[in-house]
Amino acid sequence: MSERAREPATVPRRKLRVATASLAGCFGCHMSLLDIDERLVDLLELIELDASPLTDKKRCGPCDLGLIEGGLCNAENVHTLRAMRANCKILVAVGACALNGGLPAQRNHIDVRDCLQTAYLSGPGVERGFIPNDPELPLPLAQVHPLHDVVKIDYFLAGCPPSAEAIWQFLTDLIAGRTPVTTHGLIRYD
Amino acid sequence: MTTLDLAAMLQRHGGDATRLVQILHEVTAALGYVPPATITELAARLGVSRAHVEGVVGFYSFFSAEPQGRFRVRFSDNITDQMAGSHALCQRMLDAFRLELGEVSRDGLVSIARTSCTGLCDQGPALLVNDRAIARLTPQRIGAICSLIRGEVPLAQWPENLFAIHSHVERRDRILAAVMQPGEGLAAAVARGAAATIAELERSGLRGRGGAGYPTGAKWAACAATPGPERYVVCNADEGEPGTFKDRELLAHHAELVIEGMTVAAFAVGAQRGLIYLRAEYPFLVAPLLELLERRRAAGLLGRAVGGVAGFAFDIELHVGAGAYVCGEESALIESLEGKRGIPRNRPPYPVTHGYRQRPTVVNNVETLAAAALVARDGADAVRGQGTPKSAGTKLLSVAGDVARPGIYEYPFGVTVRQVLDDAGAVGSQAVQVGGPSGTLLAAREFGRRIAFEDVPSAGAFMVFDQGRDMVAVVENFARFFAHESCGFCTPCRVGTTLAAQMMTRIATGVGSRRDVKDLARVAGVMKAASHCGLGATAGAPVVAALEKFRPAFDQRLRSLDVVPTFDLDLALAPAREATARDDLAAHLDEEGP
Repeated sequence: MSERAREPATVPRRKLRVATASLAGCFGCHMSLLDIDERLVDLLELIELDASPLTDKKRCGPCDLGLIEGGLCNAENVHTLRAMRANCKILVAVGACALNGGLPAQRNHIDVRDCLQTAYLSGPGVERGFIPNDPELPLPLAQVHPLHDVVKIDYFLAGCPPSAEAIWQFLTDLIAGRTPVTTHGLIRYD
Repeated sequence: MTTLDLAAMLQRHGGDATRLVQILHEVTAALGYVPPATITELAARLGVSRAHVEGVVGFYSFFSAEPQGRFRVRFSDNITDQMAGSHALCQRMLDAFRLELGEVSRDGLVSIARTSCTGLCDQGPALLVNDRAIARLTPQRIGAICSLIRGEVPLAQWPENLFAIHSHVERRDRILAAVMQPGEGLAAAVARGAAATIAELERSGLRGRGGAGYPTGAKWAACAATPGPERYVVCNADEGEPGTFKDRELLAHHAELVIEGMTVAAFAVGAQRGLIYLRAEYPFLVAPLLELLERRRAAGLLGRAVGGVAGFAFDIELHVGAGAYVCGEESALIESLEGKRGIPRNRPPYPVTHGYRQRPTVVNNVETLAAAALVARDGADAVRGQGTPKSAGTKLLSVAGDVARPGIYEYPFGVTVRQVLDDAGAVGSQAVQVGGPSGTLLAAREFGRRIAFEDVPSAGAFMVFDQGRDMVAVVENFARFFAHESCGFCTPCRVGTTLAAQMMTRIATGVGSRRDVKDLARVAGVMKAASHCGLGATAGAPVVAALEKFRPAFDQRLRSLDVVPTFDLDLALAPAREATARDDLAAHLDEEGP
């Protein structure tokens, strides 16, 4: 390598490829991302979106950054998470559900069999019910799990949802190469 | 089951809500548990909220709001019990009654569970059945116990030899060899005067034997100097640190010395009342202690004009804990004495100024009080003459685990770990846990270190592990202990201890990953930095020490992957597979992923 090539220069401007996914969540974290408002324009100067509910692209290609909201409640969530992990250099768990299971995890003390039976067979108003068993339908896991129970997560962005400010600071830090630190006041559970 | 006259019982306790823990013991003894209706009635009669009573019931392991068996069996789950085969014996009993751990038999006859160390490590495995302790368990003893339970023989009619607790004193020094006539220490203190007694204690260099090593004289002086209408002396006999049983020995065979120490303390600081907080795991000490207190009252050594000193009124009452390790922390102990959940207080203020009922209170360990009685009688120089510059006197060690002669060993401070191992007949030791799980884990290369506040401090436990022992299993036992005993008040400890236990279990069972090892160290760091009290601050210590000293034992257990799922993914789909009767490819998850 020549002297010149090793010289620290300005970082080459390349748009980062970013994928996002919403697993067992409420889409609130994605809404909060959109809440950065006109800064979306600035953001799109720095990133390009790959697979994301915002692009409706389903399969994730090689990416620099993956943002995931929601925990793991079924087999499909696990597949999506693994595909994201396989493709993203940096994987971020966004929001309470991704970090802890959140609201969906409130079902964790109920046996999933009882749950399905009550909903589809014995519950009030159910007649001639049956438990859906189409192979196209993903099976629910016995319990809802946080993402880091299954794959390595590089960063955790707490909040329910994390505020637009927190998301903006987190992303700008990450894109600029700074280790993101969510400072006091930016972590909120509304 | 027997009935309970709640009104009459509460009257005996003066309707005093601060006696709630003692009241709940009586309810549990009569009914086997604390029914919700009783909780409601207790709250109404004591003039406290129902939530308060329920909170106290829920806090202590030995109380339950759910029906328990008429025979409530609890196996001691210290690592030394485990090494002596307690899990197999427990399984034997579970099989005999066709029960799962923690389950109550359908007929309400028996429930079987595990509990933290019951302080019988020198004669384990041990168990508790209702309020009786049984040591030296064997398959034969388990068989006998099963028959007695099946025959519904009342505990009072069980053969007495079943409940025998042996005394194994292997080395005596100043304290265990002392012969003191009742009142001798007090007489010396009275002759010297209160202030001079405290000065003598300060000069002796006596430091607290509960582990922290705070100078006893300074503690007494601070209490005496705090103005207040009344003062208290509390004997901390909540010997909950796993592997420790020296206070059991002191209270069983040298209680006179301990009570003498309390009386000297009361005289020196001007206290009117003394309280002994005895752990519930030592029920066999209750009757002898109450008898001793009666004898001293009869001899004029408790009551009014104690020891013939006009105006010196002092009496002692016995409180029994309810199976909460955190109550060994002095401010949590005081909360418990006041009939509350044993959650440590913010300190300062310290108990010497704001203790029991917010009055100046001296809280001393059993052994400290025994040593203080000897200082009062023999003077400071006798104590100063033994030990090291910063650790005067002797220390009782509870030696257990892989040794030929487990028991109590009293040494002058400064004894090397190797000396203790040799004396106890330990062969091929690879590690010693000094001072219990919250203490110091020493590897063989450190056996030249000394038991003293300036080197390896100890609350008394000395658990020995030979080369055949799995150190990962040892540390896992400690991690589960802390997770069980965390009082739940502060997040770093409540969450951290459980995370650490889960990660240790994953590693111990061979499904852990390198990430678990990394996270263990991180969690331990957070607990140490951010916990409310010493429990959380030390809970990570054994893990950190083991990672440093026995790292290969951990690494050998890891799955090679950097990160592996913390649960069995395919198994997690099993309930839904069952409910939908599906077994297609999509109804399964492979372990390794795409």
